[in-house]
Amino acid sequence: MSGDGALAWLRREGRIVIVGASLAGLRAAETLRKEGFTGSLTLIGDEPHEPYDRPPLSKQVLLGHATADRTALPRRLALDAHWRLGVAATGLDMAAKRVRLADGDEVEYDRLLIATGVHARPWPHKSEAELDGVFVLRTRDDAARLQRRLAASPRRVLVIGAGFTGSEIASACRERGLPVTVAERGAAPLVGALGGVIGRAAADLQREHGVDLRCGIMVTALEGDAPGRLRRAHLSDGTTIDTDVAVVSLGATRNTEWLAGSGLGAGPRGIACDAGCRAFDVRGIVTDDVFVAGDVARSPHALFGYQFLSLEHWGNAVAQAETAAHNMISSSSERRPHLWVPAFWSAQFGVNIKSVGVPSLGEEVIVAQGSLSDRRFTCVYGYQGRVIAAVAFDQTKWLEFYQRQIESAAPFPPDYPSVDRRPEGLRPVPAEFPDPSLPTHGPSVTVSGYSPTDQRITFVPAHA
Amino acid sequence: MTQATLLRQIIDYSSRADPYPLYAELRKTPVLQEGDDLFVVSTYWEIKSLLHDPRISSDARNLSPSAAGTLLQEEEEASALPPAFLRLDPPEHDRLRRMTMRPFGPPETPRRVHNMRGELARIVSGLIDGFGDRNRIDVVDDFSYPFPVTVICRLLGVPREDEALFHSWADTIAAGLDPDPGQDPGERRRVTQQARTELGKYLSGLIDERSGAPGDDMLSALVTQHGEDGQMTRMELLSTASLLLIAGHETTVNLITNGMLTLLRNPDVLERLRGDPGLALPIVEELLRFEPPVQLLPQRTTLADIDINGVTIPKGASVWLVLASGNRDPQRFPDPDRFDPDRKDNQHLGFGSGIHNCFGAPLARLEAQLALTELARRLNSPRLVEDPPPYRQNAVLRGPRHLNITFDGFHA
Repeated sequence: MSGDGALAWLRREGRIVIVGASLAGLRAAETLRKEGFTGSLTLIGDEPHEPYDRPPLSKQVLLGHATADRTALPRRLALDAHWRLGVAATGLDMAAKRVRLADGDEVEYDRLLIATGVHARPWPHKSEAELDGVFVLRTRDDAARLQRRLAASPRRVLVIGAGFTGSEIASACRERGLPVTVAERGAAPLVGALGGVIGRAAADLQREHGVDLRCGIMVTALEGDAPGRLRRAHLSDGTTIDTDVAVVSLGATRNTEWLAGSGLGAGPRGIACDAGCRAFDVRGIVTDDVFVAGDVARSPHALFGYQFLSLEHWGNAVAQAETAAHNMISSSSERRPHLWVPAFWSAQFGVNIKSVGVPSLGEEVIVAQGSLSDRRFTCVYGYQGRVIAAVAFDQTKWLEFYQRQIESAAPFPPDYPSVDRRPEGLRPVPAEFPDPSLPTHGPSVTVSGYSPTDQRITFVPAHA
Repeated sequence: MTQATLLRQIIDYSSRADPYPLYAELRKTPVLQEGDDLFVVSTYWEIKSLLHDPRISSDARNLSPSAAGTLLQEEEEASALPPAFLRLDPPEHDRLRRMTMRPFGPPETPRRVHNMRGELARIVSGLIDGFGDRNRIDVVDDFSYPFPVTVICRLLGVPREDEALFHSWADTIAAGLDPDPGQDPGERRRVTQQARTELGKYLSGLIDERSGAPGDDMLSALVTQHGEDGQMTRMELLSTASLLLIAGHETTVNLITNGMLTLLRNPDVLERLRGDPGLALPIVEELLRFEPPVQLLPQRTTLADIDINGVTIPKGASVWLVLASGNRDPQRFPDPDRFDPDRKDNQHLGFGSGIHNCFGAPLARLEAQLALTELARRLNSPRLVEDPPPYRQNAVLRGPRHLNITFDGFHA
């Protein structure tokens, strides 16, 4: 069969399996159908729910403005797919082109898309994690459980970790009028993702909203009572906090355990793939029939020195899924690179935060517009003399401009006057990112080295 | 034809009924220099990028002295009022717009516009009922002109008995924006100025009244708010209220009139709307692309030299962004000269973009949706009396001066 004939056959009656039935999996499936794939389509998801949207879980759902079961993602077209929901994939046989499922079933594929995403990093001490009152927030069920507990007016909520999720949870708790303590190992909230300069603004914001914020501190133990209910947390400065709810927000871990031994280039940092979303095997050779998209992917980005980026961003999941799906059923000359400029947003303590580019690559930062003390500003990050990222607090409409500055490798610091440039915006200052070799839960963009199988940065849970 | 004449042709009244072929000509030079200090931008992506560029100012004080006199003979408002947020940059713009938004939209007042729906529908019904037993009306004078003024009166909380006064001032000020070439310019300025002064005095009195006894209207909220941004000064209140009146009025008149004209030129769409009121949403979006009420933004200037599309616009230059041309850019919209309410991905520039995007957009959308749906539903076989209709002078706020139509009676 000629190459063209094989592709035509694949598009007409091939078998495509998507592991991961969340945002990336759904959007990939829709793209496949939209682009004319008429073969069999199987979606495998470990959760029993149809694909749902996660951003509202830490916002509207925790506030009780929306219920967790009303977060289903809109369907853009009928998929005619086999849904295997509530059953996790447990193994991959690349030679036989088969995915093993938790119920013992096996599913064969001609093309496979892996979009298994991440899971919340659990509290490292199992017995403490099992106490009644200890939560994580990643899934719909997590959100529903936590919302019920918050609605029961606990005396205090302890949020462990002040990354984006932790900060949004703290914000929702304050909006509900609950006393909140936030314990953050770093020097400030959001410091891993946005650096120390904006981190200090975020810290002020939390304290103004009544958060008992404790930075440079670790939670060393969670203590329960005889029936197994959380009662108290012990901190590394020797103090204790009486609390009956603790939300563990220590970032996420890629769902790649099921691929152990498969020969795929998968590890704790994700699954390495090329810019066309094709997965690498452990030898660093790109595969022809296994594709990756969403939070679980690590792919090289031309704008950022071809470094492999792992992005936990809603927009990235959509864009990468669409590219992967297109490439799965296209000839090599019609394939497209995934060149999405990283972007994400957050809403917390009444402020809309948006980021473009890769702030954590930044060496220096300048307040290009507005003022940190007003909590309304646009900060621009520089890396080796070029603009690499921008972050806005309540000034998101300017970011389109800075995205183009990133895309065109515009010089840093900006050498032009602009509206709303204040005295503090005349000089760049160090961006103050924590040493990347130190474990942190924070960054939702991580740059993880140059080679497909480079796993040199790994997370080590905090010591008790 | 030289390019300089092209721009003058666009401004010339003779092209008012159909400037679009001239815009197509204009787009051949996406950034066109006219004289030393004026740059005209006519393609979608270039306009979009400048609307988000922090090196672009809306504050006329940043114009170089030589760029200050433009081709457009804009009436110099010899106004004692400070510039409203439309003509300011951040942070002043942001503060005033934020304070004005607080009683108008989300997050603080998400339901203001939604809650006006019933009242808007009643105003529309009343105006159509007022056609009486006529089978010929002027859509402008009998419908789309009085509608938005009444809406702004209700929004600001102008007492019913004063609405007629308000209408007459609005008429005079609007006429000032739309100079009749036969009229003595000095006299026109005097009359307009007098109307502005009287309106200012009236609003000032209303502000006094509302600060003592606030209602649930927007002016009361603006007068009484004192949050993190402090309070608006009397002068800021007056200039903001005038901005809401003027910016929210003429534009909405044109949106509705252009809408009815376009529907009568596309009877199949009019027929679909009659059967499916839900179609009003995409129809109004397509109208904002196809016949935007604000054709171009002539008030921008550069704070630095800006390189765009191979041209360097020098600092202090006057920049015109021709929204109506960007909306017809074939690089962005396939088959751009076709009116197509089923168009996908219709990210038009009809309301601008960036920090100055139309403040009243949600209200304007709702007004136009309700107005067009009701006209379509109630009028039997409406027909244009003349095509094209006579247009206003104004090249920026472009729209018909009259839109005479006939019909065979109307439904209740």
